[in-house]
This record gives sequence, C-alpha cells and structure tokens, in this order.
Amino acid sequence: MKLRPRRRLLSRRQLLTAGVATAGSALLAGCDDIAGGPPFRAALDFGELLSMRLQRLLLAHQPLVREYPAELISADFPPNGTEMPAGFSYFELMISQFARWRLTVDGLVENTLSLSLDELKAMPARTQITQHNCDEGWTAIGQWTGVPLAHVLRQAGLKPEARYIVFHCLDEMVRTPDRSGFYYESIDLFDALHPQTILAYEMNGSTLPVRHGAPLRLRVERHVGYKHAKFITRIQAVERLDRIGRGKGGFWEDRGYQWYGGI
Amino acid sequence: MVAFAMTIGSPPTDEQGAPQREVIHRHSLAVRLTHWINVLCLALLLMSGLAIFNAHPMLYWGHTGYRGMPFLLGIGSKTDNGRAVGITRIADVDFDTTGVLGVSYDGNGRAQRRAFPSWLTLPSNAALALARDWHFLLAWLFVLNGAVYLGFSLVSGHVRRDLLPNADQLRARHVLSEIWDHLRLRAPRGEADRRYNILQKFTYLLVLFGLLPVMVLSGLTMSPAVTAAAPLLFDLLGGRQSARTIHFITANLLVLFVLVHVLQVLVSGAFNRMRAMITGRYVIRPERAS
Repeated sequence: MKLRPRRRLLSRRQLLTAGVATAGSALLAGCDDIAGGPPFRAALDFGELLSMRLQRLLLAHQPLVREYPAELISADFPPNGTEMPAGFSYFELMISQFARWRLTVDGLVENTLSLSLDELKAMPARTQITQHNCDEGWTAIGQWTGVPLAHVLRQAGLKPEARYIVFHCLDEMVRTPDRSGFYYESIDLFDALHPQTILAYEMNGSTLPVRHGAPLRLRVERHVGYKHAKFITRIQAVERLDRIGRGKGGFWEDRGYQWYGGI
Repeated sequence: MVAFAMTIGSPPTDEQGAPQREVIHRHSLAVRLTHWINVLCLALLLMSGLAIFNAHPMLYWGHTGYRGMPFLLGIGSKTDNGRAVGITRIADVDFDTTGVLGVSYDGNGRAQRRAFPSWLTLPSNAALALARDWHFLLAWLFVLNGAVYLGFSLVSGHVRRDLLPNADQLRARHVLSEIWDHLRLRAPRGEADRRYNILQKFTYLLVLFGLLPVMVLSGLTMSPAVTAAAPLLFDLLGGRQSARTIHFITANLLVLFVLVHVLQVLVSGAFNRMRAMITGRYVIRPERAS
C-alpha cells in the first residue's frame, strides 16, 4: 500500500543529493533564507517520510491511544485555530442550530450522502477522553462523542481507488476572490478507518461549542492539532491530493507544514 | 582500531633515558566521524528545538499544559513605560531577561518579542513548520549516528577499554586527587594522559547512557503516534508535558556539558586535542620534572 502521494517518493539520486545537502547545511552561515529551499526541501521531506514509515510500522496492529479518566478533563480546553468562522452563511447555520447544515460525503464513493446532524447522531456513537496535542507544544484533555468515520465511509461505500479522505471546512482562513482560502485537511485510510477516528458533535458531554468546530469536527487522535479539521461540511474520498487546494493535502500543509502529523 | 595503545612516533625516552614527546593514535576513525556528525546534529537540534519552544514558551508538569494553567517556567514580555521588557518566570519568580530572553534585538537594534533570540534559533524567524522539519530530520541523523557509534564502541571494545573506569581509578584517593587537579585546571601528562581520567569517564558515561537516551525518550513521548504504539512512555516520564519539560532540562544539561567539554579542551592543549579528534594523532607530553 502506498501511503504518500507519488511525488513525495525520492529517487536514489535525490536521496544522495538530500544527504549531502543536509550534511553541508551547517557549513553555511546564515543559511536561513535557503533553509527551506529546494535542496533542503528534499531532505526535509525525506525525514517526514522516514518518520511516517517507522511510525506506521509501530502502529501496524492499530492500537488505541490512551484514554483518560473524566477527572483529568481540562477545565478550559483552548480552541485550536479558528474560533468563529467569518461570514453570513456560517452565522445563518449557527442561529438555526445547524438545522439546515448537511454533511456531504462524495468523491470516490458508491453512494453520495447528504446527512443532517440528527441523522449523524442516530448512527452508532463512540465517546472517548483523549489528549489533544497542538504542534506548538500545548496539550489539553477533552471528551469527544461522535460517529466513527469508518461507519460513515462504509455507508457511502468507498471505491477501491480511494486512498485519502479530504475534509472541507466552513472557515475561510484567507479571503481570496476565487474563495480558495477555506480550511481543509486530509488523512489516509490507515487513519480514517481507525476506531478512534470520529466525527465529533459533542464535547465534554454537551453540544460541540462553536469555538471547537460546531457542528462537526474531526478527531484523529494519533496526529497533532491542525489535522483535526473543524466546521466540517464535506467529506471527499480521493485517490490523490495534488488537485485539491494547492496540492499538499491541507490548508497548513499548503503553507509548509508536514502532511504527516504523527509527531 | 585500538584507540589508545598504538604508538606512531618515537619511543618514550631518548638515549639518555629522559622522557620525550610521544605521538599516539588516540581516536579511531569511527569515533572521530561520529563525534563531528554529532556536533552538527546537537547544534542544529538545539537551535531548531529552541525555535519550536518559542511557539509556546512555557513548561508544565503532568499530562496537560496550556495558557492559563500553572507553569514551571515561562518566557514572555511586558511593556514598561513604552519599553519592551523580557520576563523569564521560574516557579513564580520573575527575572528581567531583556536582551536575551523574552525581548531581544535584531540587527537594526529593534526590539523583538520572542522567547529565545533569533540568533539562537533555526530558522531565525518564527517559522514553526520549518523548525519542526529540521528538528525531526536531524533527530533521525542523530539517532542513526548514535547507533553507529554505540555499535562500533561496543563491538570494538571502546566502551570497555576506554570508557569504563579502571579499578585503580575508582579509589577515593585517586578520585580526590583528580578533582584537585581539575580545580587547578591541571591537564594530565605522561602515563596519566594515555587514558581518560576518572571524572572524564564518569561524565562521558553519564552523557552517553544517561542524558542522550533521556533526550530521545522524552522526544518520542511528545509524539502522539509513538505514544499510541508505546503508552508506557507516559508512565516512564510522567505525561506529555513532563516529557517536554524533561526534554528541555536535559537539553540544558547537554549545553552545560558542551561548555565544560570545550573549556577542558581549551585549557589542556587545544591544538593537540583538536588534532586528535580530527586526524587521530595525539601528542603525550612528558611528565613534569619533579
């Protein structure tokens, strides 16, 4: 099973170049401007690939992440990213308590779905008390209730070509005329089908607050914070990521962050 | 291969039997190579690590930690009469660290509000994504290099022969005299210089089998994927935030080690010792005439 987009795989020559580039990097004083430049980029991407391969090996039997007792739930769990999507369309959904909100499941699926919040809540639910790890370094513990993503994907019926699940969100991070600045994220099937990967609509026993991504957010527990897409409106199954957004698999990934968020 | 015993140069005495300079082969190629790769890794790991730390310049204990929770160490800034003041708070005591921590100055003398100054971080700007990229790539290089060193050292006998203390070095009298020599910055000569001294051996063993493994384990404990595979790490280190704090403290201890290590090189014949770690050749100076 190929886990990454093909473009990420390196040839032997690129690897060699990457290795030499890395070794030479320290010799360059003030290498700042080029620290993220093309020769280093290849080496840095190779590091990400190594980490992902090793971690996937360690996780091959799909263990669950640690779940915590209720008394360890953080009193004031900080919001990660957007706290309130701008724009009238989200406001409208919010004041109607998301009655008109729908989750679209499309792409490489047998049946395109359009699900209301009530329909999602009628599906089998999972509740878990887990730790949220922001890549900045802070962590908090919260209780999440939602539908296992695997269940929704089974309902839609993934086509055999589907390899990634993309989450399209309602929060517009950057305002552009072509409206391409919305938050989005993606994970592969290894994470999408994990039992603790859920579409959460409840936090700490109450309706998911707006600042934590109402009406629906992703919990993908083996990844750092930015992978946990909030304000989800559409789930798309795809074969490759390079035709979505700027092609790196997520809003932050398009701006330099690693696609693999296991560290 | 035999690091300390091989004599390259002249025998230790001249015709009159007076002691002479002797050139020995001190460090094997494997030790020299892995040493310098390690220098590169630790320097860049430190700098990229500080850049990551700057994204959330606070340390906590236990599982969780975020703004608003009690913290052990925090670096921030405040404005005092229009002037930016850097504050480092350790266990509720504030220190003014303007110029280095909290507030530092760029090339044009403009105040920048950042925990560690830009000249100490990689990259120098606040680019968390790139800092993480560098840190994790270098961690790989560091671990692989360390594995090569450890494998070589165990197989070749470097650990047993050169690093483990000899029985005579463990006598209290000997240890005390070594401490006294160190306090006077008196470098060993002659026979005593053929092996590492006892304080040196203790320190190297502590770094190799203490600090560096703790660095790797506490680093791994911060990865949500690794702790999913090995939740035991949480119990070992006391939680994700404890691991982060231990990672930070241990990094500081390594910096302290490097400072002392470099100081020792400087006061005990810098040229000779640098040459030994680059070419392997090392001159044993004769004993002082008594």
